[in-house]
Amino acid sequence: MYACSKNEDEIMPEEKAITFSVPSNFPAPVYNFEQNKLSNAGFALGKKLFYGARLSADKSVSCGSCHQQFAAFANLDHKVSHGVNNCQGKRNAPPLFNLVWQKAFFWDGGVKNIETSPLNAITDACEMGTNIETIITTLKNTTPYPEMFKKAYGSTEINSQFILKSITQFLGVLVSGNSKYDKVMRKEGGISFTSDELAGYTLFKQKCTSCHAEPFFTDFSYRNNGLDLVTIDEGRSHITGVQTDFGKFRVPSLRNIEYTSPYMHDGRFYSLDEVLEHYNSGVKAAENLDAELKSGIQLNSLEKSQIKAFLKTLTDNEFIKNTLYSES
Amino acid sequence: MATLFFLFHLSNFQKMKISQYLLALLCPIILLSSCNKSDDDVATDTKSSFTLEFEHQVNGSPLALNTTTYKNAKGEDFKINVFKYYVSNIKLSKADGTTYLLPESYFLIDESKPASKLITVNDVPTGDYTKIEYTIGVDYARNFAGAQTGALDPINGMFWTWNSGYIFVKLEGTSPQSTAANNLLTFHIGGVVDPNNTIRTYSTEINAANPLRIRMDSKPDMHFMVNAASLFTGTTDVSFATLNFTMGGANSVIVANNYAKGLFRLDHIHN
Ligand code: HEC
Ligand code: HEC
Repeated sequence: MYACSKNEDEIMPEEKAITFSVPSNFPAPVYNFEQNKLSNAGFALGKKLFYGARLSADKSVSCGSCHQQFAAFANLDHKVSHGVNNCQGKRNAPPLFNLVWQKAFFWDGGVKNIETSPLNAITDACEMGTNIETIITTLKNTTPYPEMFKKAYGSTEINSQFILKSITQFLGVLVSGNSKYDKVMRKEGGISFTSDELAGYTLFKQKCTSCHAEPFFTDFSYRNNGLDLVTIDEGRSHITGVQTDFGKFRVPSLRNIEYTSPYMHDGRFYSLDEVLEHYNSGVKAAENLDAELKSGIQLNSLEKSQIKAFLKTLTDNEFIKNTLYSES
Repeated sequence: MATLFFLFHLSNFQKMKISQYLLALLCPIILLSSCNKSDDDVATDTKSSFTLEFEHQVNGSPLALNTTTYKNAKGEDFKINVFKYYVSNIKLSKADGTTYLLPESYFLIDESKPASKLITVNDVPTGDYTKIEYTIGVDYARNFAGAQTGALDPINGMFWTWNSGYIFVKLEGTSPQSTAANNLLTFHIGGVVDPNNTIRTYSTEINAANPLRIRMDSKPDMHFMVNAASLFTGTTDVSFATLNFTMGGANSVIVANNYAKGLFRLDHIHN
């Protein structure tokens, strides 16, 4: 990091250093930046690339078009993603936070390393529809990129590794762990649940945590929750080739769920009421339906409103409004 | 549990202090270990280089992209437009059983890039080697290791973005027998998870009478014949009427089992 020859005046300016910290109610992350040392310049470059529409084929779409901060970096109001040339993707853009705790990415877990997770978006004809060579050429000829690469990596060389590692610095620092729920768990500032929220939490622990496990509100497994008798999107089996994985998708986190509508891998539900009604009365006997959901999850209207009250305690407004993450 | 802070969370002042401490600790170790090295180690420590040359063929005829028509084992016609593959983790063995694993040895050999068919390997300990082995493809760990450079750069079009991992062997072409659109043949072989693991190794003994003789003053050349048609025969004869597209999965395993048998043949060594 710092060689001993380095003298005082070379030390970074006063500017607040980008940090990554693990909330005390979270375990150690899977990705730890060891091979990708966080720096202000690396993060700034990653953020610039994330919001830069130049990455896409028709220069109209950026990562930020589909992953919007006010929606916890999901895509508000879009069932499935909209890419270049108004092309419709097949899946709902998931929110982006706490990614360094994930071992796999995408609804089907096809991508195994956060550093390679932006590649599909860049090269998929339906998302940004371009290739890395084109991006590199564009970046080389566009100020201020060469200078930003130089600041971050000490050379004006632009290659896919620098692009991916810097985007990862931005993605990795997106940590959401300051919801009301977290503060109650950490016993911060005398904050406590209302009686509705507490009742909702109790119900949630009885009926939902077997899949939506704390503290991430997902156990990261792949399951079928009975949306269709036969899904159009085969999900997990596309990756594993195993028939018993047909129609299974990663259990999504429920953090910031208030802001990430529409819901499910294809964005079919617009409200939490629809989701809860699905568990109550809509679960279909799909071939690989999870055993726990064989007879649905019965919820009366009081229970529904209590669960909803609890789910809203998972909203992290500090995250949604953190200007560090904004396009600015 | 207290909040965990990573190192970069520390102020620069603290970092400076830490690195001074580290240096104070490390310096004696460095000194000690450099003194430790005995003189005869250094003497045998000579290094030289050798080359690996890959000559592409289809059942004995030279491979020509896009133009020449070949026949598979089922007698079906086909042409090849793309032929590229990874060779990695090259390991050399001596007659006494000692081995040398070339560090960071990842090579992408591409018929459309003639220079890629001749690999020079530097810094190999001199000696007589009687066996070579390497991975056809990329080892498990590197498939999931994040953003890579060089031969493993995703820019080379050998990385699946929707299902992380490298394409180990890529052959694209056409066959009148193919039922796919435009009679295309698409063989993208990869995948590292059982039961669809397609990592295969190639190994061959080298005639002890003419070993790979790496010397300061001799940089030998190993010449391999590479048979692109080996994807379609060996264990299972492939008919393009039924198998013309695979990107990982069970069909890729069929193809990998085929080429594991016949993709490479050591033709000769120029010492
Ligand atoms: C056109 C909309 C669109 C654009 C543009 C886009 N994404 Fe996505 N993103 C998606 C969708 C849809 C998925 C889910 C894909 C799937 O599951 O198959 C996704 C998934 C991801 C994931 C995995 C999240 C998880 O929890 O598994 C990451 C990380 C990600 N995108 C980052 C990026 C980055 C970085 C960029 C810019 C280089 C980008 N995305 C551009 C729509 C988009
Ligand atoms: C058997 C496992 C399981 C149980 C139990 C379960 N879920 Fe889910 N949940 C899932 C899966 C899997 C998905 C994603 C399904 C898909 O998109 O195909 C999901 C999706 C959701 C979503 C949509 C999230 C998003 O970002 O799109 C919400 C909200 C949700 N569940 C809430 C709940 C609540 C509340 C309960 C308890 C009443 C519950 N779930 C119980 C497995 C489960």
